[in-house]
Amino acid sequence: MLLSKSEGKEFLLMGNQAIARGALEAGVSVAAGYPGTPSSEIIENLASVAPEADLYVEWSVNEKVSLEVAAAGSFAGLRSLCVMKQNGVNVASDFLLHLVLSGTRGGMVLIPCDDPGAISSVNEGESRYFARLMEIPLLEPGDFQEAKDMTKWAFSLSEELGNVVMLRSVTRLSHASGNVKLGALNRTKPAAKFNFSGNLLDAKTGPVITAPVPFRHTQQQGKLKKAAALFETSPFNRYEGPENPELLIITSSACYLYSREALRVLDTEKRAGILKLGTTWPLPPELLKKHLAAAEKVLIVEEVLPFLEENIKILAMENIDSIGKIKFFGKNDGTLPSVNEMNPDYVIKAISSILNIPYTGMPEEYEKSGQILSFTKSPNRELTFCPGCPHRASYWSINRALTLNGENGFVCGDIGCYTMAILPAGFGTIKTAHSMGSGTGVASGFGKLKSFGMNQPVVSVCGDSTFFHAGMPALVNAVHNNSDMLLVILDNSGTAMTGFQPHPGIPSGAAGNELPSVDIEGICRSIGAKTFTADPFNVAETEKKVLEIIENERGPRVLIMRQGCALSPEKKGKKKYNVSVDSNICKGSDCGCNRLCTRVFRCPGLVCDSATGKAMIDEIICAGCGVCADICPSGAIKRSEVAL
Amino acid sequence: MIDPFNIIITGVGGQGNVLAARMLGNTLAKAGYYVTIGETFGASQRGGSVMSHLRISKESAWSPQIPKGKAHLIIALEPVESLRVLAAYGNRDVKIVSNTRPIYPVGVICGDLAYPSLPDLNSAVAQLCDDARFINATEEAVALGHPILSNVIMVGAAAGLGLLPIDDEAFKSVISENVPESKIEINMKAYRKGKEMVGDPVKF
Repeated sequence: MLLSKSEGKEFLLMGNQAIARGALEAGVSVAAGYPGTPSSEIIENLASVAPEADLYVEWSVNEKVSLEVAAAGSFAGLRSLCVMKQNGVNVASDFLLHLVLSGTRGGMVLIPCDDPGAISSVNEGESRYFARLMEIPLLEPGDFQEAKDMTKWAFSLSEELGNVVMLRSVTRLSHASGNVKLGALNRTKPAAKFNFSGNLLDAKTGPVITAPVPFRHTQQQGKLKKAAALFETSPFNRYEGPENPELLIITSSACYLYSREALRVLDTEKRAGILKLGTTWPLPPELLKKHLAAAEKVLIVEEVLPFLEENIKILAMENIDSIGKIKFFGKNDGTLPSVNEMNPDYVIKAISSILNIPYTGMPEEYEKSGQILSFTKSPNRELTFCPGCPHRASYWSINRALTLNGENGFVCGDIGCYTMAILPAGFGTIKTAHSMGSGTGVASGFGKLKSFGMNQPVVSVCGDSTFFHAGMPALVNAVHNNSDMLLVILDNSGTAMTGFQPHPGIPSGAAGNELPSVDIEGICRSIGAKTFTADPFNVAETEKKVLEIIENERGPRVLIMRQGCALSPEKKGKKKYNVSVDSNICKGSDCGCNRLCTRVFRCPGLVCDSATGKAMIDEIICAGCGVCADICPSGAIKRSEVAL
Repeated sequence: MIDPFNIIITGVGGQGNVLAARMLGNTLAKAGYYVTIGETFGASQRGGSVMSHLRISKESAWSPQIPKGKAHLIIALEPVESLRVLAAYGNRDVKIVSNTRPIYPVGVICGDLAYPSLPDLNSAVAQLCDDARFINATEEAVALGHPILSNVIMVGAAAGLGLLPIDDEAFKSVISENVPESKIEINMKAYRKGKEMVGDPVKF
């Protein structure tokens, strides 16, 4: 489908596939990003056709560098794309602030995929505010067809304006699917050349710089004004509804689909209208003024924060003479929540209360018995590490060592599957968890609090991809400031959480191409940290090593725990050990260990037999890592190596 | 067909929920319907519940989330998940096709939580919906050669209810696009088996 020449053919496409196809139709040449749900499939799809389509696609070390790599493509006259999840924009924002001032050449599009409701995130950050802060155009597709079409348009818009354009998707577009008609695909391979010998002030031929700032900033704001004028007639902004609606809904993105559904469900399409905006910054003032003048009540539907609402209110206030008085409903008055993702029910409830239309989604009695039955009969599915996951074993050793040490030590966590150690899955070992690389930065700070009487051992954890992304500067900081802390690098050989994208430590690139790998252990040593390695599946030795490093070593230390992810293509479906429980030795609930294996270690492959209270192995689920054999104090769990 | 027709496919990470939704969605898209699929697979590999919402319409695309209480068909790849979905999206008239094979949550595995017996679950479901059919899809799939075929059996069972304009040939062409030629027949066999099984569900 991605390279299909069948113009007009319809496919059921995931939003991220539609975006990738749109970029291909636009003639994108360079694409870079850092993996993050819900954005990863855009780069993955492009990488899958990279050689055939003459594309350069890379997974960069972090979002800031990916934006820089994409910008280089643009500076050399190529169309380039940069993709990241919402919080990635924070990482890239310093370069972005300067990029928007220097301007771009070949069409350049930045696509952040936001995750309202934090379905796969530890925040529900907003990328839209960056468009306003950085003074660049913001596009928001309202359905799957638009995800493709607007991506394509974004490149030519960027070229017309001479600046980067932001296109924001959300989980419910990126990870949802709908009907998409393909457009024309005429790929050519343009030649790259960076021109820099022109006049210092010439955006097309001179050096690409931000100075002189007042001059460039004036130019930048001129581009934004031009964008606003272009947006007045954009087909991606449209009104559906009566001429003088009782209620005007202004919305964008997936919220357009929720709003349209709400009006249909309430059978109120004759009373209320929808102004669906595809260009949400800068707002096209004349279009807004025309529709605001025709309404007295306005409901603004968006997720998460009142971005549209604030901007529309400013515009309405500035034009109050022509527009007249309006009663606004939205986030600020509490009609809609400003946390969590939107859904049809929130919008139905808002409209039914504003227009006084009764609606029952679920009868109260049904809801009540449903909740009781579900609570009592469908046992909660807590998140856990996969069977055979090295993180369970790593945390077992870290947690045991800190307990044995008895000095109230703790772990500063980071971002990856291993963040789940805030849960029983990782024995609640993590005590702080924030952003990429922050565990080590925070630990670097904790490790300097000895002079204030803090003697607790300080440990941070960080995955291999996260180490390259933002952990390295934090480790440099810890070494330079001689912080008393231990960084445990949980190296499972890939960006596992988002689907095994390669990182600089892996000898391959986004398209599976061979690349040089960068050695984590060598980096740590050369930085000057005392560096150790361990195999977390060797539980006894790893636990001993962690304890020794905590008790006998001082200053900045690194312990690299190396063991591949259980889902990695090399490991999946291949058992190293056959594991079994000797029911003659297993004492079950009578064991003095209080069922350490099933109650505490909690591997899905190790079952507590409800009839006997004894442990047993679920052959289907067990991944054969053999770690549980080291957990049982009675030696009841046996492992034997599988013959290859 | 009720328009839009709202389907929820529910199950547990690793069961192939997303693939089942695509199979069903693609079959209906081929038949000329607008199809929207909303997927929640953030916790997919980590033991969590996974749900796909499908909206089928002749008129236009609908939103990727079904409003509360408005499901028309629930396809449960794992039995207790049907109850969880009913509590949020159910109504007396919703139809349920559910696999009987449990996948135990880690809380059950480690002995902290109880998992209901199938008759017990069936009577809980019956309190919330009038037409729930349990079929031994996994068992049948294993008999056919591979447990992964249980999803095709479940899609076949959904088709067998006769609520959706699913054309066998359209389904075959979707399968053909997604599996090697040698596997087409076994998938079609699983699909036909599902259609047949839904007419003769497990009795309690």
